[in-house]
Amino acid sequence: MPVTELIRIAFNTLRNNKIRAMLTLSGIVIGVFSIIAIMTLLNALQAGIEGGLNSLGSNTFQVQKFPAMQFGDAHSRNKFRNREDITYDQGKRLKEKATLYKYMSIEDYVYQKAFKTNKAKTNPNFYVGGVEPEYLECNNKTIQYGRFITQNDLIRNSKVAVIGMDAVEKLFPNVDPIGKDIIIDNNQYKVIGVFQKEGEGFGQSNDNFALLPITTMQQVYGKNNRSMNIAIQAPGKEEFNESVENIVTVLRSIRGDKPGEADSFEIFSNESLIGQVNSFTKYFKYGAGFISFIALLAAGIGIMNIMLVSVTERTKEIGIRKAIGAKSGSVLIQFLIEAVILCELGGIIGIVLGIVTGNLLGMYLNSPVVIPYDWVVIGLVVCSAVGIAFGVYPAYKAAKLNPIDALRYE
Amino acid sequence: MENNLIDLKGIEKVYIMGTEVLYALKGVDLKINKNEYIAIMGPSGSGKSTLMNIIGCLDTPTGGEYFLNGKNVSEMDDDELAEIRNLEIGFVFQTFNLLARSNALHNVELPLIYKGLPKTERIEKAEEALYNVGLEDRMTHKPNELSGGQRQRVAIARALVNDPSIILADEPTGNLDTKTGQEIMQLLEELNQKGNTIIIVTHEEEIAMHAHRVVKIRDGKIESDVKSNKGRAMSERKEIII
Ligand SMILES: Nc1ncnc2c1ncn2[C@@H]1O[C@H](COP(=O)(O)OP(=O)(O)OP(=O)(O)O)[C@@H](O)[C@H]1O
Ligand SMILES: [Mg+2]
Repeated sequence: MPVTELIRIAFNTLRNNKIRAMLTLSGIVIGVFSIIAIMTLLNALQAGIEGGLNSLGSNTFQVQKFPAMQFGDAHSRNKFRNREDITYDQGKRLKEKATLYKYMSIEDYVYQKAFKTNKAKTNPNFYVGGVEPEYLECNNKTIQYGRFITQNDLIRNSKVAVIGMDAVEKLFPNVDPIGKDIIIDNNQYKVIGVFQKEGEGFGQSNDNFALLPITTMQQVYGKNNRSMNIAIQAPGKEEFNESVENIVTVLRSIRGDKPGEADSFEIFSNESLIGQVNSFTKYFKYGAGFISFIALLAAGIGIMNIMLVSVTERTKEIGIRKAIGAKSGSVLIQFLIEAVILCELGGIIGIVLGIVTGNLLGMYLNSPVVIPYDWVVIGLVVCSAVGIAFGVYPAYKAAKLNPIDALRYE
Repeated sequence: MENNLIDLKGIEKVYIMGTEVLYALKGVDLKINKNEYIAIMGPSGSGKSTLMNIIGCLDTPTGGEYFLNGKNVSEMDDDELAEIRNLEIGFVFQTFNLLARSNALHNVELPLIYKGLPKTERIEKAEEALYNVGLEDRMTHKPNELSGGQRQRVAIARALVNDPSIILADEPTGNLDTKTGQEIMQLLEELNQKGNTIIIVTHEEEIAMHAHRVVKIRDGKIESDVKSNKGRAMSERKEIII
């Protein structure tokens, strides 16, 4: 018996029992929906995070006092806090002594600042960074107009600033900001350049900052109580690991880390951060997987129940089919296909709803739209498996019916 | 050398229900040749349907042997029996046994689906079979949109569509009025003239008159087996032809 015929029969049967089919489907829909929605959301978040991380620049890694992401308890947080700050001095020595890198950018940040002009003022959620010329290469940033900080500015402790687009929009609407003054913590800086707008990521602006020469920064805000970020670009992909090794060795000796002791600083790259994100989202995935498993199990039992009812109701039909020559195999496959189609319909609805919901949530968090193709395939395969696993017993029961007993059934 | 189409040897059917043992057939011996037209008669509960179902491979005997075309049916497995039901036998039931949700055409097409014919061929043959029973204008009607006689004609078309050598009809006119019953009998007679072997179960003498041989059953045993004049005439004619 051709499969197309069996599929047609299955659809006819389902059409004749629409409400029952819908109710049976709903369990599958919920099971598939939950896993697909979570996977879509996580994939969207991950794509967003990876997109954000890519701004670090390729083959670039960072050195910091604190790890980029912390999941630990108070004890491990204390461990990081007790570390000695990474000073500008240490950074400069690293720059001198390290041998295997292309660019190194030492960066010094203070946060929660309000920027002012004579006429306007921003919210106090802007930050100030003291940087070197290599900042551009290491952070993959571009100046839109004006110029960036030069070595000369560093030597002279120039009171100049390169600002992000948020500052431009707030403080210099409809005016060319170049050459104008900007006031931060009662210090006046001359705007020399403006960065390209980056837009928002995860509900946060990426354009709410001003960068000063790091020497100026150290002069204004002092040398203590802040730890530097150091961004390093390796000469190339092949030299990446060697470059990290070189930096670690040199920095350990600069910071006096004893042999056998752990590093007194953190090193991370895009790749290691993505790995960390993955190990974090893993638990959401396990959770969603567990919920889906339970839902699909319940749905599977529901399907088995409805198929058993269906077999009993259609005993006469089975008898007629067998009486005119249907083999047991045909009857078995007919009922199996019906169960699988039931599950697949539920699966497809669940997948569509899940992708839509996951992406809506993702968009709310400013993540890009994604379709988790792997999970779509897994979802469909699992649905078929559920259909077969829970459909096989009712189908077998139908197939094994004695033709005359089935025909006589009232 | 025997060349019986159907050869039943000591067929028994025992139903065991709890402690009760019911002998529905108590050793039936019956030989039926090609192109015979047989009526099986007997009081209610005598075992006529049980016998028909065994001949039609819908049921299996609990004792005895059944040879169909020289092959021992008792030794066949489920799939082989299904194939025989599909290809060799056309069964017409008293209660029609049509698929309620399918139209006439699909009901008639069904045996061809299980035979594995391609769609266009199936439709062609099913339409022809419905045409032959005079239902060419009722093809898309569902059973509940047809009269009893029309339903039975659909069932006959379905029984015939695979060109089976044996037509079994268990009280085919039982649910029909006399006139419609006569029409159905007319159809069966034409089929017999075309060379089909026909076995029909009936209560009614008039219906049995159409047959060439009448087998009477009582209490699960053959009581009498009589060839009617008409039947004798048929077989004589046949001898002359041969
Ligand atoms: N599945 C069954 N289980 C138990 N007993 C059965 C079963 N089928 C038939 N019988 C019994 O076998 C006997 C013969 O039944 P059968 O249906 O062959 O009678 P019948 O001659 O066709 O009668 P009718 O003319 O009323 O159709 C009856 O006594 C019936 O009760
Ligand atoms: Mg009967």
